Amino acid sequence: MTNKRKASTFIRYFFYGIVLVFFLWAFIQGYFSLIFEQTDEFLRLLRQHVLLVLVSSLLAVGIAIPAGILVTRPAFRKLEWPVLNLANLGQTIPSIAILALVMTYLGIGFYSAVFALFVFSILPVLRNTVAGLNSVDPALKDAAKGMGFTPSQILFKVEMPNAAYPIMAGIRTAMVMNVGSAALAYLVGGGGLGDFIFTGIVMQSQEYLISGAVPVTLLAICIDFFLRFIEKITVSKGLRRSAETAEAS
Amino acid sequence: MIEFKNVTKTYDGKVNAVDDVSFTVPQGNIAVFLGPSGCGKTTLLRMVNRLVPITKGEIFIDGENTNSLNEIQLRRNIGYVIQSNGLFPNMTIEDNVTVVPKLLGWDKEKMRSRFFELMDLIGLKPDDFRKRYPHELSGGQQQRIGIARAMAADPPVMLMDEPFGALDPIIRSHLQKEFLQIQKEVQKTILFVSHDIDEAITMGDQVAIFKDGRLMQYDAPDDILANPANEFVSTFVGADRAIKSLGLHTVADLVNQLKVTPVAADSKQISLKTDLRQILSIFFNEGYEELVVVDEEKKPMGSITIQDVQKYLHQTNQSA
Repeated sequence: MTNKRKASTFIRYFFYGIVLVFFLWAFIQGYFSLIFEQTDEFLRLLRQHVLLVLVSSLLAVGIAIPAGILVTRPAFRKLEWPVLNLANLGQTIPSIAILALVMTYLGIGFYSAVFALFVFSILPVLRNTVAGLNSVDPALKDAAKGMGFTPSQILFKVEMPNAAYPIMAGIRTAMVMNVGSAALAYLVGGGGLGDFIFTGIVMQSQEYLISGAVPVTLLAICIDFFLRFIEKITVSKGLRRSAETAEAS
Repeated sequence: MIEFKNVTKTYDGKVNAVDDVSFTVPQGNIAVFLGPSGCGKTTLLRMVNRLVPITKGEIFIDGENTNSLNEIQLRRNIGYVIQSNGLFPNMTIEDNVTVVPKLLGWDKEKMRSRFFELMDLIGLKPDDFRKRYPHELSGGQQQRIGIARAMAADPPVMLMDEPFGALDPIIRSHLQKEFLQIQKEVQKTILFVSHDIDEAITMGDQVAIFKDGRLMQYDAPDDILANPANEFVSTFVGADRAIKSLGLHTVADLVNQLKVTPVAADSKQISLKTDLRQILSIFFNEGYEELVVVDEEKKPMGSITIQDVQKYLHQTNQSA
């Protein structure tokens, strides 16, 4: 194990320690009491929160990956610049402003919140899909074409598997970000754990704030872990070493 | 057999990347396309499997016009090896090698046995490599796998675009020799792009030299070295072409043509298989007056001098 690795492992466990101490402290202070006293309400909000994240992320993945594939096809190359910039634009508008805009046109409720989150998560997925597909060695595509792969075989057997790592990373970024942004859904009546958080802010109540904020954080960590696991089984072992060295450097 | 008939490639209607090229490569031969970069050799190669469309002219493989075939089917029946090996990093070695058979819909057992056969042919242990990935292999091993992959579906024709170009000189000459051994067994018709005259002489049954898209000369290597068709060819093959041509002949050839003088003095012994280029460097490096030729049983047959080599070269050049 290199020194670099040792340092990063140490730092990781150090932070785990801090988080653990914080939990103990918050628990002793009774800040999680709401979760036990209003369990039904908490679970309803949690389910809403998860649903907000899942629906908006799936929509974003469903749109952004095909769009990324489309703009990297030779015939549609010209679209790469406008499409990526449009997605960039979506990202530069503050999330609160998107919520306000969405509320103006779509009214309040669950679907408005989903739409806002969807707009917000398109970019990371799209950008990584395009970057991933563009990073596939042209020699591989040439070899595949020269051996008689059809264009769709080149896409699904060569390009997508070799771009899987950056694409999965894009999905992970989008979903983890979404868990945090989904707390804002409360502002347009979309529900979710934002309910507890904003109530906590307004009432200056630690119990509400922490019973909302900590589960959001844990949810983000769980989703991150889950997607890393998915990444392990979908990305070929043959690509892992090069990806790991790239990440470490 | 591959036949090029007035093949021309024009880009943007003005530049002729390949200009009215016609020649025939006989069945089971290696034809090396040689020339400086930008001479159209790679373009011509890529026109055979239609990665580059033909502007004018025709290419026939075993009498069949390539333009009359479906391009996907055509490519699956032509082996293709590129310089950077083009192995798929996401696939295991076995999946890489059997990629074309899989496209052709072979069953699993047939693919497996073909994989073992090919690995034996290229001298790598099948079980050691089956489950490994390309990044775990050395450059030379990767290129061997690239060649095995191109031969997987047993295509009669193979296209090789500077297959050994990215390897270091020692591994390169090793793989060249190894590949010639394989070729003796498989007898493919091979088009081989190179920019290295020494490689062309070693590998080619024929060498085609190109300049600005035009075919300058198409001949056997020793004919090209002995009788360059024009100024360009003779500069390209180099002023030392006589010495290069010595690499094509062995002591046995010399002994067959000239009478060797009986052994006068004890000297360094050389075998019949040594090529004359090596003989020359032994003379120069080690300062012998003469060398003793020995047969397979190490019995002295006679001795040769540096003048004998010179005489032999003159005679063969005149007859060529």
